[in-house]
Amino acid sequence: MSEPILTTKDLQKSYGDNQAVKGISFSVLRGEIFSLLGPNGAGKTTTISMLSCLLTPTGGTAVINGLAIPQDSLAIRRLIGVVPQEIALYDELTARQNLQFWGQMYDMKGKALKQRIDEVLEQVALSDRANDRVETYSGGMKRRINIAVGLLHKPQLLFMDEPTVGIDPQSRRRILDMVRDLRDQGMTVLYTTHYMEEAEELSDRVGIIDHGRLIALGTQEELKQVVGEQETVRLNFGEGHEANGHAELFNGVDGVLAANSLDGEIVLSVKEAGAVLPAVVTRANSAGLPIRAIEIEEPNLEAVFLHLTGRALRD
Amino acid sequence: MKKILNIGWKDLIVLFRDKGALVLMLGAPFVLTLGLGLITGSFSNNSGSSSGLAGIAVVVVNKDGGELGQGLVDVLFSADLAELLAPDTAVSPQAARQQVDNNAIAAAVIIPAGFTDGILPNASGQVGEPVAIEVYANPARPISANVVSSIVADYINQVETGMVSVNVALTQLVMHGRITPANTESMMTLGQEMGQRLISQDAAPQPIRIERDKAAAEAASNPNFLAYIAPGMAVAFLMYTVALGGRSILAERDKGTLSRLLISPTSATQILAGKVVGIFLTGVAQVSVLIAASALLFGLRWGNLPGVVLLIVTVSAAATGWGLLLASLANRPGQVSSFGTALMLTFGILGGSFVQIPFTGLLAQLSKITPNAWAIEGFMSLSQGGSLADIAPSLIALVVMAALLFGTAVLIFQRRSGALIAR
Repeated sequence: MSEPILTTKDLQKSYGDNQAVKGISFSVLRGEIFSLLGPNGAGKTTTISMLSCLLTPTGGTAVINGLAIPQDSLAIRRLIGVVPQEIALYDELTARQNLQFWGQMYDMKGKALKQRIDEVLEQVALSDRANDRVETYSGGMKRRINIAVGLLHKPQLLFMDEPTVGIDPQSRRRILDMVRDLRDQGMTVLYTTHYMEEAEELSDRVGIIDHGRLIALGTQEELKQVVGEQETVRLNFGEGHEANGHAELFNGVDGVLAANSLDGEIVLSVKEAGAVLPAVVTRANSAGLPIRAIEIEEPNLEAVFLHLTGRALRD
Repeated sequence: MKKILNIGWKDLIVLFRDKGALVLMLGAPFVLTLGLGLITGSFSNNSGSSSGLAGIAVVVVNKDGGELGQGLVDVLFSADLAELLAPDTAVSPQAARQQVDNNAIAAAVIIPAGFTDGILPNASGQVGEPVAIEVYANPARPISANVVSSIVADYINQVETGMVSVNVALTQLVMHGRITPANTESMMTLGQEMGQRLISQDAAPQPIRIERDKAAAEAASNPNFLAYIAPGMAVAFLMYTVALGGRSILAERDKGTLSRLLISPTSATQILAGKVVGIFLTGVAQVSVLIAASALLFGLRWGNLPGVVLLIVTVSAAATGWGLLLASLANRPGQVSSFGTALMLTFGILGGSFVQIPFTGLLAQLSKITPNAWAIEGFMSLSQGGSLADIAPSLIALVVMAALLFGTAVLIFQRRSGALIAR
């Protein structure tokens, strides 16, 4: 790891009285994958939009490769690549025509552009479908072309805003592998996600963002130290017994630090799973909630978020 | 400039690959023009096809037995008209009319008994009661029927001015020994007198009578209906196309491609200019295709080519201005579509795209804000042989309209730039 390619200080964005980003400061080091992890609405996309010169910050500073936002926005746009959360492509055009058009927008042309299009098509494993219209692609294939457009002009810094939303596991796996490959080839990636697993798998460093504030920052090991020996206990109930609305039941149990409902389960943040489980099971039974399965997890980023906010990531 | 053209070209391709849009941009105006042309009989000939006039089926019933009746038969069967007419004869006027009623022929020419006698003096120098030739016209084939009527009328005209009657009458007189060929001067005087006699018969029945229904008469009174409706439809649906183009500006925002464009090293001005070029190119392509198709398939003559090209360019620019203004005022793509449809219909009616309404007062003034009115006026002028000078007012009006609308739209876009980026 080396010097920062991106540094923000107290970066802010407000829409009238609504403060979407409340002064965040972080650096992204050259050649790393830095993840901004946070739930929907935390301010991830607004932050990316400011860093990609689409939105003007209302406070603070951001510098990319020594160039300031928004003063040097034209030069910055040539340095960065952006993979937006939406599939920002023209469905009526083929993948090759899309890449051709977007390459032209980056002043690429002729043989160099054609060669680069072939390279990125190979990189996203869609060379054989290059001449098909994008409207005939699956969601995963569209996502990959969406990424290919961001890579076309060989950016030094790539912003990827939730690039795996709404796709099948196979396509997701392919994209995650691709992101790692890009890092291995020397590209710096700023990756936003609300999937804890993705951040854990990819990131060299993680910034946890919530309600427009960066609430934690560091390597995964550093972040997990925040929760110490804390463990996560997941309670799964039988059919017909939804967990929603029952998390409060467990808040008073000795050793339970936080309780949340998530995906039909109760997620407990506990000091020591073995010590609290008898009381948890008794509490569930007395409330008429038959426990079907109990899962105990080691400390992870989900636990970190739970510890810091008292809420699950996907609340 | 390259990026502007790239964006414009991309938009042109995207729009022309949208099958639904193509149906409305090209299919609808073409079908409506075709339909209205068929309803009004603007394409009709003997075969009912829409190609040029040739082989018009006509049946002649000659009950006259005199020289003038036979003269008309000879004209209709002459080699000069062999390509234009496909004449046949019938014995009974009823049978001939029946063929017209059955839409088998374009017209029946019925020469009544006594036609010659009503014009030429008989052996005793007496002239009979004048009678009229009847052209029984097929209302479904007004143009073909008009051609037949014109030929008959032309023949009658020649008779009236003495050209035919003199020749025939003098031949008669010579044959009956009433004058000698040597007496040339008196022959000419006599011929002129006979011609004058025909012309001065104010109270007498007209020598030609054309029978057809009212609708056919109206259609025939406006033989350039197709030349009117074709540009009318093209311009009406051009308004739809520009609304679609304006919609694409907001659609790009909703799809995220506008943000992606703004993130690239492309300025907002270049993007807007590219979108304008795209709308404009699409409009030019649409009107050009419709004009070329109507010229090739309907045989419509649009007139002076440079004039037609200039009108296509200027009306597309003015319409693009309206599309841009709609996009600058709307918040959602759907709003542009709704406003665009309303504008297309309103301008279509005000500008006379669907039917020519002689507006007066405020409505007449309002019609002048539509590209339709100016463009149709220009196209009509060209189709009737007008020159560039004749369409100069239309060209100037359309250019001024385009400039004003562009300027207004850009000002609004500048004020609303934040709203256009944010969804």
